[in-house]
Amino acid sequence: MTVGNTTTQRPDDATSTGAAVEIDQVAVRFRTKKKDVTALRDVSLRIEPGEFVSIVGASGCGKSTLLKLVSGLLRPSSGQVRLHGEDVRGPRRDIGYVFQRAALLEWRTARRNILLQAEMRRLPKAQVRQRVDELIEMTGLTGFEDAYPNELSGGMQQRVALCRALLHRPPVLLMDEPFGALDALTREQMNVELRRIWRETGTTVLLVTHSIAEAVYLANRVIVMTPRPGTVAEVIDVDLPVERDYGQTMSEPAFARATGRIRDLLGATTTAE
Amino acid sequence: MAAQSTIEHRESSAPARTPAPAARRRAGAGASLLRFARSTWRPAAVLAAIFVVWWAVTAADLVKPYLVPSPGTTLDVVLAQTGYFAHHTWITSYETILGFAIAIVVGVVSAVVMVYSPTVEKSLYPLLLFAQVIPKIAIAPLFIVWLGFGLTPKVVVAVLMAFFPIVISTVTGLKSIDPEMLQLSATMGAGPGQTFTKIRFPAALPHLFAGLKVAATMAVTGAVVGEFVGANEGLGYVILQANGNLDTPTLFAGLLIMSLLGVVLFVAVELLEYLVLPWHASRRTDAATTSL
Ligand SMILES: Nc1ncnc2c1ncn2[C@@H]1O[C@H](COP(=O)(O)OP(=O)(O)OP(=O)(O)O)[C@@H](O)[C@H]1O
Ligand SMILES: [Mg+2]
Repeated sequence: MTVGNTTTQRPDDATSTGAAVEIDQVAVRFRTKKKDVTALRDVSLRIEPGEFVSIVGASGCGKSTLLKLVSGLLRPSSGQVRLHGEDVRGPRRDIGYVFQRAALLEWRTARRNILLQAEMRRLPKAQVRQRVDELIEMTGLTGFEDAYPNELSGGMQQRVALCRALLHRPPVLLMDEPFGALDALTREQMNVELRRIWRETGTTVLLVTHSIAEAVYLANRVIVMTPRPGTVAEVIDVDLPVERDYGQTMSEPAFARATGRIRDLLGATTTAE
Repeated sequence: MAAQSTIEHRESSAPARTPAPAARRRAGAGASLLRFARSTWRPAAVLAAIFVVWWAVTAADLVKPYLVPSPGTTLDVVLAQTGYFAHHTWITSYETILGFAIAIVVGVVSAVVMVYSPTVEKSLYPLLLFAQVIPKIAIAPLFIVWLGFGLTPKVVVAVLMAFFPIVISTVTGLKSIDPEMLQLSATMGAGPGQTFTKIRFPAALPHLFAGLKVAATMAVTGAVVGEFVGANEGLGYVILQANGNLDTPTLFAGLLIMSLLGVVLFVAVELLEYLVLPWHASRRTDAATTSL
């Protein structure tokens, strides 16, 4: 029952097919007028379909950059990124992306914000309507379908963003600090919901977070990154049952071991976190 | 299980936390008009006060009637020649509205092109600035020479006056889009057209309307400037004629109608804004006060 699987890289299979996400020796350098910034260096990862992977690391270590690479919003300076075995060359539409801020259109109601996904993808209306109702119910937004974003609480706005990201049943869901702006209680509740949604949908999830508890509670594996230039410090296998009650999980020894290890790693590599 | 039940608890308490149900704020055009009426009564009252002062000053004989005619005299002048004033008001309105409409189309289109093509922007911007800083009254005679004595040169001057604020505000609006929104759009597989119509343009509308309001008043000024330089009809012509004849009541009537024209156009744009952008932040404050 060891918690920390202290390999920086999973031993890749000879055949690299079958993985949901593969990142191979990737480096990202940003060239600005003043100086060059190496955001990521030598990052290699392999994420299996249906996995829930959390990413933690100091601010500015390249977590958002990593998600942008996977979604194709950003090209690596070197190395390769593959999604379902396919090279990522431009923005990918077979993903769902949840940004740190809900990024809702303020002139659209909750429902119509969710429907934006369908409109952009030109999905048939009739089929989508039922799916939206399901998602609204699943995320507890019932009764607020016709509210505008400014009439919704922060947690509700994030739920709308989550529904929008799930509408087209993406095989891969990328979430960049989606609950960062929420109060502790709402955040815990969103965690429980996200865990349930993940189990119901079987989506591969990559979640960036600053909360160690959130990272461990939700994930099968936690990727701990070093400060800039970011690389993978350690990948931690979370040894918790699939069925995770929130309160009970917090008091599990395996939970304490995992969070402790992550805290050590982050503490050892950063001055204050 | 325990956490599951807290969620349900929270959801059931959520409606109480939300101030205004969506249905009330979005009651449709009716509610928008009501809020609009509420926001306009104050300026209307100020305007009425100015008229009262004007009336009081002339009634008390503080100034000579040939310098400042009374409101009554001015109104009599208009009523005595309704056909005359209606015709010239129509001419100026026509030039103004046509100029304004052309300015909107040309302004918005050039703003869009400039935002999407930095090359066009760099080459067009100095030209725009030049067109803006050159005094319209100084080039208006040139337009008369080029385009004749008819309505066209007046419309052109109106376009030139109204165009600039529209371009500037639209460019600002289109550029102020949150880059994350554009990235979101890309992950949805949206093409540039869809991104523009569903995200970028609607997001720019509040800026665009701010520009339109300035432009509306500029268009009136433009049309009248065009008429000053050379015309045989329109309110500018009426004012010039009256001035030449020292006919201050007619002069005042012309001035008033002209100002009214500007106000009507401005209010029309504002009304449209209330109808098109009920969601905009500047509308929310009075939505909250209505429940007090
Ligand atoms: N477009 C860009 N141009 C230049 N530098 C950039 C750009 N995007 C990111 N960077 C730099 O790359 C580094 C990593 O950025 P990134 O946003 O991925 O960090 P992060 O881990 O998500 O941080 P945080 O936790 O604060 O969100 C930062 O130092 C940042 O300054
Ligand atoms: Mg980030």
